Amino acid sequence: MSEEKYIPKSKLGQWFDSRLPLLSLAHHLRDYPTPKNLNYWWTFGAILTFCLIAQIITGIVLAMHYVAHADLAFESVEHIMRDVNYGWLIRYFHANGSSMFFLAVYVHIFRGLYYGSYKSPREMIWIIGMLIYILMMATAFMGYVLPWGQMSFWAATVITSLFSAIPIVGDSIVGWLWGGYAVGSPTLTRFYSLHYLLPFLIFALVVLHIWALHIPGNTNPVGIDIKQPSKDTVPFSPYVAVKDLYALIIFLIITAGFVFFAPNILSHPDNYIKANQMVTPTHIVPEWYLLPFYAILRAVPDKLGGVVVMFASLFILMFLPWLDTSKVRSAVFRPLYKIFFWVLVIDVIVLGYMGAKPPEGLYLLIGRAATIYYFAHFILVMPILGFKEKTTPLPISISDPVLDSDTKTTNYR
Amino acid sequence: MSISYTILVTIIALLILFLCLSWVFVSIKVANKEQKEETAERRYFLYTASYALGAVAVGAAAWPLIDQMNPDASVKALATTEVDISSIGLGKTITVLWRGKPIFIRRRTQEEISEAQNVNLNELKDPQKDEDRVKKSEWLVMTGVCTHLGCVPLGNKGDFGGWFCPCHGSHYDTSGRIRKGPAPTNLEIPKYEFVDNNTIKIG
Repeated sequence: MSEEKYIPKSKLGQWFDSRLPLLSLAHHLRDYPTPKNLNYWWTFGAILTFCLIAQIITGIVLAMHYVAHADLAFESVEHIMRDVNYGWLIRYFHANGSSMFFLAVYVHIFRGLYYGSYKSPREMIWIIGMLIYILMMATAFMGYVLPWGQMSFWAATVITSLFSAIPIVGDSIVGWLWGGYAVGSPTLTRFYSLHYLLPFLIFALVVLHIWALHIPGNTNPVGIDIKQPSKDTVPFSPYVAVKDLYALIIFLIITAGFVFFAPNILSHPDNYIKANQMVTPTHIVPEWYLLPFYAILRAVPDKLGGVVVMFASLFILMFLPWLDTSKVRSAVFRPLYKIFFWVLVIDVIVLGYMGAKPPEGLYLLIGRAATIYYFAHFILVMPILGFKEKTTPLPISISDPVLDSDTKTTNYR
Repeated sequence: MSISYTILVTIIALLILFLCLSWVFVSIKVANKEQKEETAERRYFLYTASYALGAVAVGAAAWPLIDQMNPDASVKALATTEVDISSIGLGKTITVLWRGKPIFIRRRTQEEISEAQNVNLNELKDPQKDEDRVKKSEWLVMTGVCTHLGCVPLGNKGDFGGWFCPCHGSHYDTSGRIRKGPAPTNLEIPKYEFVDNNTIKIG
């Protein structure tokens, strides 16, 4: 936070700001000191904020034409695609936007993992971020159900049935979620209601996420603590704002590529068949962004066990600030962790690939091995590495390694 | 249901009123600085009672908001379905919808029946005799919903000549019993009866 107190220039501004300090807030956001060495991996926070707002706006517009009823939902989506002015564009942007949203959030999370962004004093930012991620998955899942195609229906059936694994009360919970004896109209209407609600909860959490960020300030690729403001920082506007904007435009060009040239490449053709409770498609898979967790679910040969392990794989991330025992934040100065980080990235991609394949033979074995490694990374590798690893020396300041070519830390980004 | 809920809410409201009066009474005593020790104890009791009653009130207020999601009266009303089975040939299966779920009705061949009856029960994950799963051994009636995560299994498939679930690879035998894969239990048998030789009533 900037140290000096901001006082608006105009009398009216002073009158307003002393009653509701919005101008002070705007000033803080503009002058917020950011480390001057932030690289492009740091632009995804702004990209994600844009994604959320874009999804909310396109979603509100789609809700004006969509009908949440088992008999009408599928047709109303086709109506949006064929009849509503620019309906095709808005819906394709909303559908592909969710994929791009997840792409950005995965980059953002792995950025945090690489540069140790979750470490003290930024644990709250990380935990709120994980809550946002979980809510995002819930929102995306319920949104996927709304078109009421075959994939929508069977995704809803399989995911809600996860809760039937809970002993004793499982079946009552599933009946409560469905509002019937199977997924049907009551399920669709409540998913619609919640799909509309959750983005606003996410928005509130994003405000907290940014608030919690602005207390200690950004970490940076070198991962050392810096004074704020100091000669190691630059004001958010215009320096970081312009960089974020540049990255956002590149990101939007890629999004537009999907929307205009391959709008269905990330979804499944089966979802253009209306939901049919009599026939399950021969090969059902969730959307790509949930595949690693789907692989973990199927890796365990027991119903309850699979569900527990899948949720554990998600919640273990919340404990990361305490599982990582290393004093050094950035992987730049952690030669071993750097390797393990990329192994984890590959492991998650392998899990995603196995999640898309039928759970048989070699696919299942690889899925199991990748699941075990996933947990080993967090439970074994991270705590042990903090004690065993010999880290390379940290620079005194951000400017130090750049200005002094004699330092040993030449390999720094 | 609505009467008992009304009574419950009325009782809670009366108790809360009573509690408020008690607070006023104790506050007056404190203001008069009488019996300090005793009022402290009374107030401690009142705190506990207030929290407890508050929790009950919140619970009672929340329950309708939770229960509204449970299967409603119109859903529950669709309780029974009658099915004509006279046209089903030997070794054929029909699928009918009951309570939004597919029901398999299969007229089994003699081989399937003997295969189902001759299985060693120790081999089964969820041991159940074939005789306990059918009313007439020729007719197998069961819910076509995989007990793993709710997909509809495919007929005449899998390693045991019965059903195979494409979602997560559960194999069921000719009696619909789980033999291999992640599903924990056998395919469920719905409540049904033979109305006459050609009609089954499900539910």
